[in-house]
Amino acid sequence: MNKSNYGNAFFAAFWRTVPVMAGYLVLGFGFGLLLQSKGYSFMWAILMGLTIYGGSMQFVTVDLLSSGASLLTAGIMTLMIHARHLFYGLSMIEKYSGTGKIKPYLIFTLTDETYSLVCTGEIPDGVDKNAYYLWISLLDQIYWVLGSALGGIFGQIVTINTTGVEFSMTALFVVILTDNLLKKDRRIPALVGVGVSLACLLLLGAENFLIPSMVSITAVLMLLRSVLSKREKGMKS
Amino acid sequence: MSTIHSILLIAVISLVTALIRFLPFLIFRDKDHMPEALQYLGGILPAAIMGMLVVYCFKSTVVTAWPFGLPEVIATILVVASYLWKKNILLSVAAGTVFYMILVQGVFA
Repeated sequence: MNKSNYGNAFFAAFWRTVPVMAGYLVLGFGFGLLLQSKGYSFMWAILMGLTIYGGSMQFVTVDLLSSGASLLTAGIMTLMIHARHLFYGLSMIEKYSGTGKIKPYLIFTLTDETYSLVCTGEIPDGVDKNAYYLWISLLDQIYWVLGSALGGIFGQIVTINTTGVEFSMTALFVVILTDNLLKKDRRIPALVGVGVSLACLLLLGAENFLIPSMVSITAVLMLLRSVLSKREKGMKS
Repeated sequence: MSTIHSILLIAVISLVTALIRFLPFLIFRDKDHMPEALQYLGGILPAAIMGMLVVYCFKSTVVTAWPFGLPEVIATILVVASYLWKKNILLSVAAGTVFYMILVQGVFA
């Protein structure tokens, strides 16, 4: 592999990541600002961007940190929120075969947005496949870490009243939920999620409802399996 | 919360995240090798869990005393309406957050 291949790959990857750049810088900024408002400096934002690297989960982590959640709650929450990554991996097994040394990094950085870029679209002619995948994955992570660091630094040096900035997480999740409700095959699971966890919240209170909610949601979805997987199949054909 | 617990929490979340990301590559080499129940849950859980996360966000909202969760309700309506109108995630998140901050700092303060 020669240098010009890396050069080509960089520019090809860069143009491909521009839409993600906007999203990651803005959402990352909001995340860093929120984390800072809970007393965790931008160094924590960078640490989390390098180790966890997942938007929704990092927003939830802010809450888990500031509420002093148990490690068990955090572990189960991560498992449920990131369950979708099982699918991303499955559909990338072929594309990522033969990527050699960089493969672990490519797998580690497979976020929703990076997945959406690498699983679709042609690689331009003459561009090295491995270098192209590496740049997309690396650039996306740089945008996210940079955005969240800037948010944390901004919160530190600019003395604004950040009361209410925690609503950024609510707004993000409400938007995704709205989008799910608009999609036929996601409407029932979305309603199950809202209904079951609301019931658990009212019965058990804010401190204790999370784990029972996740267990009950999984149970209800398993009970509805024959109905829902039939619906899914019907929709695909 | 202690720094040690914070670091442990981040470590657990990182490890579980990495585990899920690596699992398909390490164990299930293609779709046929993944148990059907796991395939089903992987496809259907995300939408359900997002519903739970929205409830989670509102868990501390007090509806029995002033302001009866009004800032949350009003800002949520703005978020949903703006999203239905423009279908732009960033716009709705930014507008909703700024609007909510104005509500809790000014209008309902």
